[in-house]
Amino acid sequence: MSRLRRALVPYVFIGPALFFLVVFSVLSLVVAAVVSLTNLDISGLAHYANVRFIGLRNYQMLFSDGAFWESLGNTAIFVVVGVPTLIIGSLAIAIALNYSQSRLFRALRAFYFVPAITAIVAISLIWGNLYNSQFGLLNWLLSLIGIAPVQWLTDPAIAKFSVALVAIWRGSGLDTIIFLAALQAIPPEYYEAAAIDGAGELRKIFSVTLPMMRFAIFFVIVTNLIGWMQFFDEPYVLTQGGPVHSTTSMSLYIYQQGFRYNAFGFASAASIVLFVIVAGVTALQLRARRADVDF
Amino acid sequence: MRPRVGVLPIGALLAVGALLTSFPFFWMLSTSLKPRSESYAYPPTLLPSRVTLDSYLQLFGDFEFGRFLVNTIIVVIIGFAGMFFMAMAGYAFAKYRFRGKEALFLLVLSTMIVPIQVTMIPTYLILNSVRLTNTLVGIALPTLVSAYTIFLFRQFMTTIPDELVEAARLDGGGELRILISIVLPMSRPILAVGGVLTFISGWNSFIWPLIIANDQQNYTLSVGISLLNKQLTVNPPLQMAGASLMVVPIVIVFVILQRYIVQGFALSGLK
Repeated sequence: MSRLRRALVPYVFIGPALFFLVVFSVLSLVVAAVVSLTNLDISGLAHYANVRFIGLRNYQMLFSDGAFWESLGNTAIFVVVGVPTLIIGSLAIAIALNYSQSRLFRALRAFYFVPAITAIVAISLIWGNLYNSQFGLLNWLLSLIGIAPVQWLTDPAIAKFSVALVAIWRGSGLDTIIFLAALQAIPPEYYEAAAIDGAGELRKIFSVTLPMMRFAIFFVIVTNLIGWMQFFDEPYVLTQGGPVHSTTSMSLYIYQQGFRYNAFGFASAASIVLFVIVAGVTALQLRARRADVDF
Repeated sequence: MRPRVGVLPIGALLAVGALLTSFPFFWMLSTSLKPRSESYAYPPTLLPSRVTLDSYLQLFGDFEFGRFLVNTIIVVIIGFAGMFFMAMAGYAFAKYRFRGKEALFLLVLSTMIVPIQVTMIPTYLILNSVRLTNTLVGIALPTLVSAYTIFLFRQFMTTIPDELVEAARLDGGGELRILISIVLPMSRPILAVGGVLTFISGWNSFIWPLIIANDQQNYTLSVGISLLNKQLTVNPPLQMAGASLMVVPIVIVFVILQRYIVQGFALSGLK
């Protein structure tokens, strides 16, 4: 009896956590896949009898919707702009912060971390204020050096970058923390050995630091790609996807179809497409990593 | 020992970068204390000419920010129950051998790639079917457990010596007792990381309260603040006061625990 009870203990321990993960991830995914084959909308929500299976029609409509392709293109631009900027930027900041263990350098860390932990709603208000085209601080600063006012959030081409900039600013904190933790795990003997061999500071970075951080860099690339493919918060709060859809990411498109137009079936089809893209890209990276020679 | 080459210029660059990075927060606090008329002034003023708490008072007077604050704290507290579940799961994955362990752990990790937008609609339907929409519990449930935090707990707890757990067992301690009185006290750094992550995710949570709470009575701070953005006339000091109310508590928590966070990440083997 007691042996049986002991064998059950680990299952009891993982049970509650697993229950929530399964309900809100795995079950949700299955429900989304099923709903994507139906015409579920607000009337269907009231009475499930109003719901019909319509096969792949949602997917056909989706692929013939210009706005969907535009959101896909926007997402690609966000990924291409955001991911490399963030990774190179946070890596440089982390290496600089780790350059000296003096009190000043330690004190400076917190400044770089704070954007990462602040609420997106607060961030949108702050940046909305800075970006404001009438009384915003940024345009005033530009006017000091004789540059005409910029329509930060109302010009379709510029708005994309304004929105991405806020996300980069906010995202840099967490990546910097992870890189800093990885930097601190590098044994100092490696640097001492490199110094004895006559390596300069720059040489140490390329021959010791970066190779030793391969896993951290890989981890940050994977998580950032997943995050940017699902880019949502900044455009949602700053521009609601406008002007003229120029900042509508795929996630925002899904949200609008689902919760603004109540087209739950159609939105679910779009969300399944997004999931397939994210899962595919992640699987490709993991495979590339496995093929990579291990150290 | 001579100072390393470049410490000074790098330090100076970092200081400038730190000022630029944190400037939006300075601007937030400064604007929140300005009288409304001054906030439109052109050229803008860096510091308020006259400090006023009017906007903060208005948040709690004209808007129901007192209630939003209480709701947010309740959501955070429910989140800490989730943290206990995650610690339990991390411990089981770290210290027990059982059938299906690898497969189940892979299942946990794979939930990380499911985008939140895929789960938004189904989660709403699921919560709706158990009548939890428009409740604070419903707001807290979708983010109660995160694979990321389970992973961190597991990584850390594998470093706890098996002999310790075995010795406690010989003394006749129950399994839950061992977890609570021996394993958890030894896991303080990772509890700090988990605690901060849990606090942040509950406090900052925006999309779930937006979807789940239809009723102003169940709004959290983040949803309440987003209302300030939808007002007909823009009131910058009021908006900035709302933002400050959300940002300042979390910055204080973070700065106090900052040291443990970098350490916790480093100890969990992320290198």
